[in-house]
Amino acid sequence: MTLSICLTVNGVRKDVMLDDPRVTLLDLLRERLDLTGTKKGCDRGQCGACTVLVDGRRINACLALAVSLDGADVLTIEGLADGDRLDPVQAAFIAHDGFQCGFCTPGQIMSAVGLIREGEAGSDPERIREGMSGNLCRCGAYAGIVEAVLDAQRLANEERRVA
Amino acid sequence: MLDIIPFPAAPHVRLGSSSGQPLTRRDGLLKVTGAATYAADNHPAGMLHAVVAVSTIARGRVTSLDVAAAKAHPGVVEVITPANRPPLAMDPDGKHGLFGFRFEALQNERVRYAKQPIAVVVAETLEAATEGARLLAPTYEVEPARIGFENGERYDPPTVGIGSPADFDRGDLAAGLGAATHLIETEYETPAQYHNAMEPHAIVAEWDGDRLTIDTPNQAILMARAGFAAFFGIPAENVLLRSPFLGGGFGSKAILAGPQILCILAARMLGRPVKLVLPRDQMFGPVGHRGATQQHLRLGLDAVGRLTALEHRAVAMTSSFDEFIEPAANASHNLYASPAISTRHSAVRADIGTPGPMRAPGEATGSAALECAMDEAALACGIDPLEMRLRNYAETDPATGRAFSAKALRECYAQGAERFGWAGRPLAPRQMRDDSGLLVGWGMGSALFPAPMFQAEARATLRSDGTALVETAAADMGQGAWTALAQIAADGLGLDIDKVEFRAGSSELPDGGIAGGSGHTATAGSALHSAGTDVIGKLAEIAANDPDSPLFGAGNAGVEARGGRLYHGADETRSESYSDILARAGLQTLEGNGKGGRDPANAEARAMFSHGAVFAEVKVDPDLGQVRVTRLVGAFAAGRIINPRLARSQLYGGMIWGLSFALHEEALHDRRTGRPMNADLAGYHVPVHADIPVMEALLVDEDDPYVNALGIKGVGEIGITGTVGAIANAIWHATGIRAHRFPIRIEDLTE
Amino acid sequence: MNLFDYVRPASVAEAVVAASEPGAAYLAAGTNLLDLMKGGALRPSRLVDVSRLPGLDRIEMLADGGVRIGAMVRNADLARDPAFATAYPAVAEALLSGASPQLRNTATVGGNLMQRTRCAYFYDTASACNRREPGAGCDALAGENRTHAVLGWSDACIATNPSDFCVPLVAFDAVVEIEGPSGRRDVPLEDFHLLPGTAPEHESVLAAGELITGLRLSPEAADFRAHARYLKLRERTSFAFALVSAAAALRIEGGTIRSARLALGGVAAKPWRARAAEALLVGATPTVESFALAADVALAEAMPSGDNAFKIELAKRVVKRAFLLATAGTPRRMPALPASAFSSDTGVLSHA
Repeated sequence: MTLSICLTVNGVRKDVMLDDPRVTLLDLLRERLDLTGTKKGCDRGQCGACTVLVDGRRINACLALAVSLDGADVLTIEGLADGDRLDPVQAAFIAHDGFQCGFCTPGQIMSAVGLIREGEAGSDPERIREGMSGNLCRCGAYAGIVEAVLDAQRLANEERRVA
Repeated sequence: MLDIIPFPAAPHVRLGSSSGQPLTRRDGLLKVTGAATYAADNHPAGMLHAVVAVSTIARGRVTSLDVAAAKAHPGVVEVITPANRPPLAMDPDGKHGLFGFRFEALQNERVRYAKQPIAVVVAETLEAATEGARLLAPTYEVEPARIGFENGERYDPPTVGIGSPADFDRGDLAAGLGAATHLIETEYETPAQYHNAMEPHAIVAEWDGDRLTIDTPNQAILMARAGFAAFFGIPAENVLLRSPFLGGGFGSKAILAGPQILCILAARMLGRPVKLVLPRDQMFGPVGHRGATQQHLRLGLDAVGRLTALEHRAVAMTSSFDEFIEPAANASHNLYASPAISTRHSAVRADIGTPGPMRAPGEATGSAALECAMDEAALACGIDPLEMRLRNYAETDPATGRAFSAKALRECYAQGAERFGWAGRPLAPRQMRDDSGLLVGWGMGSALFPAPMFQAEARATLRSDGTALVETAAADMGQGAWTALAQIAADGLGLDIDKVEFRAGSSELPDGGIAGGSGHTATAGSALHSAGTDVIGKLAEIAANDPDSPLFGAGNAGVEARGGRLYHGADETRSESYSDILARAGLQTLEGNGKGGRDPANAEARAMFSHGAVFAEVKVDPDLGQVRVTRLVGAFAAGRIINPRLARSQLYGGMIWGLSFALHEEALHDRRTGRPMNADLAGYHVPVHADIPVMEALLVDEDDPYVNALGIKGVGEIGITGTVGAIANAIWHATGIRAHRFPIRIEDLTE
Repeated sequence: MNLFDYVRPASVAEAVVAASEPGAAYLAAGTNLLDLMKGGALRPSRLVDVSRLPGLDRIEMLADGGVRIGAMVRNADLARDPAFATAYPAVAEALLSGASPQLRNTATVGGNLMQRTRCAYFYDTASACNRREPGAGCDALAGENRTHAVLGWSDACIATNPSDFCVPLVAFDAVVEIEGPSGRRDVPLEDFHLLPGTAPEHESVLAAGELITGLRLSPEAADFRAHARYLKLRERTSFAFALVSAAAALRIEGGTIRSARLALGGVAAKPWRARAAEALLVGATPTVESFALAADVALAEAMPSGDNAFKIELAKRVVKRAFLLATAGTPRRMPALPASAFSSDTGVLSHA
């Protein structure tokens, strides 16, 4: 059975013919659309490495069937920067050393972007920790990540005030 | 055997402007944009997907596999079993080389632990290969599994860890114990833990005739290249192994494992590139783990709390068919002064995968027990735990009597205690509560880790445009090799770091040694630095012999290299840029080479360790027993710090591993079947963001003139040591309950 | 994962027809179903995608003061809905203590009710499990079972229900709206999940083809909003299933408890309503002693099913604490760590 779906991925419309209904959004991105920035750490929604934004919300791409997302708007790590201009979250991760091996990093960053958009953590480190708890980091870069999210959040607030 | 260039013991090599700078990661941009390429991100044209089928029993034989069912699944291309598996040039059970472990590559139907590979299914898609592996529906001839310390076969191993003696004695233990005023006898148990790097083991293999290209994360690239080549009977030069980024390693990616060999076999058999990525549950079997231990300690103390004897016995669990004996008791060799030290290891064989080195092997488990025992001793003697450690401060290495190359542990204690606010801590437990009624406890532990060096080579090439290329097959598994090694290389070359192109992570490059043992920066860094000084030496010679150069005749006065220029050693006004020297000599490039290794004389004369002190605050719900670590302060002295930002991150990581050891990690193997029942990241807990407190890692100055010419030790593993004990001791201080097994669980604190 | 037919019906009626075939399963967000399919514990031959059925994604505050929640409302959307969170704060707190932000963003209300147990022997297809394969036996009984059930279990099954959301819902008499081949019906949530008995494969009252379309909470449930908490004991500060949890709610007038609600999570194959304990508290004063008595009554029939005797005492303490927290009053703002024993702690370095 062949299923035809249409997704917008990083702003680009993609018509995808799926020969297999089992393909998850994560495997679609990685194995069929050559977008390997999104990582597979557990494939079971337990680590957050595959976090992407779907219709503006952070989700685990490993637990979403691609076919069921027909029409969705997907943002991955590859689509976050504006050309050469990094998203403030990306820049803050570098500045605060919010990663070591880098494998969980795309998921951490997309999760942080989602958290900031949700707008509930504010500048409370405890709420940021809780709000980022769906993303494991085995290297233990947690301290830098919280600082990075705080920093990016501050920037986002400033931009909002200016706008 | 490589010949080692002996470094002068002193004075230090003066490092330039890059080392010591808290630069951000040079690979940061790639990592935050998703452009960093990990092994599983490769997708050569025509690639197939392989999935390993693993055993569900721990001991016995596979009696049937439904190969037909798997092959009938749409998209499945081939099923590899012992029946059709092509031959290998070497026996997987042969234990080849220093880090050679026995592994399973379908050499027979035997099953020796749960989640052992028993077949490989290759398919056009990942979905098809995954389902194909499930459809194999193996049947078995089952033998009873031997699981746990009580059921396994006990034996005395000749060596522990990587070739260390199993037993050690110094001084008269019986006399020491006999002379003691206080005798502490205590036991601690640590569970099986699995590395669980965020990146599961992965490999993409592609053959071109008898040439092999593999993308796989690896901590010892040239060593692995030789291993892969040997198993496939081809010259090492025919293998290109690329490992630019490891998504974490922690020891498990230093060792050749069965699934890698099977993927390469599949690629050769089918004449197409093949990718194999272990699903998370298969990380709990064929790729090593930290073996469980049972430890028994006896501490004799005099009336004022000085050790009269220190005895540390460890039983470590290993597999039925191979050994890695967690050298836990050796953690008692080098930290505290005692007239008598005695350590013993024995082992138990169980039907589990073979353990291996996992971040601070031996030190982590042994330090956990030792630091708790020292707290028990402090309690018995009625003295503060920090004072207890100071009274037993070792001025020379307790195991050998040798002088330390450098030891700033006293400063670590002082700075850590000051920053934490240790003074005024009540001696008795259950004395502190916070505003909401939670019990508060403070604990500390000493941290220690060896400062080894291995062997590495590097090449530095100056280019006519004033830039340089430096190369070594170093591995960056998150510790920051891409950055810290480039900083060292830049200083060796007297160049600004932005003029240095650094290539690493590929077997085409000079051997960068092993990223392990906390010795990679020291070893590969030494090689890079010496490659730099080698090429600068050649450049200086050209200039000094060139009558047109301002440096002509510099001779004995020598030259100094900095900022891309050579300066006359006696006259600063005489200088010339590298590119001008090369241009006049008609050279496009100039190459130098270097090696890294330890001066054998220093290695013989000195004991070399990094040291530290960790202070922890925990809060414990007095009724519910839930624990939260609220503060962690570590102070570490590890020689010269090349990049404080990255060093601090590594120390944080180690401390978080310590927290994880103390409170979270434990693999639960079903006691009947031996199957790991929490082989995922929901059941096998590692800390989440909300578990991690405010942390600090203080970098204590330490000038070590002996460890190597650059004065570098390592910081990758020491953070775990000390932290486990600090947290357990803080929990005791909060609750009055001394837990004797790890991880410490809610029921330990409520029953 | 096995191959399956994928069907996306346009209406509830079409969905019910499509799912009435043997081997069919409903797919909502799939956060639990796909997980189980990947491990092979479930192998449906047809997935009926109900995630975008029209009309099931609304939160409606009803004229009588109650609320109707469409089955496809996402967990996070419900917890963040200001009117809902104000009226039913313990439900919002339970929702936010479950899983991770990513999972809450996609997991649905209906799917949460259909969550399967997290018993490792249920997931592990090589293990005997009566719930997965009727008559196979239960390997958890003599296995790794320190987190298993202490109430309502049988020799056939000692698994627990993992939902946080369902715990306050059952305390507040939530009603499940169901559509199926033989029409619509309402079932009180308390009756929706089944204890294992001799047939643990029957986990709920749903018949083949029946679909959860919504949930209702009555206005009476909102009367507890000033004193309603969820407390969840777990082995990580966040992103972990409950070892034991409790939803506790009180109506207090003039220093006396007028009515009480109590349900426990992590202790049984269903969210465990403790009515006898509630009854005991009516007319009592909200004191530690009263709550200790209530806790004893709530756990009176508890029995260890394995290495989990500690959970019984722990459950009593969780009940007591949850009531004390409820007595102190619902926090004005959702705690930074919802339902946590550490919800008041911010972890600031005291000397920084």
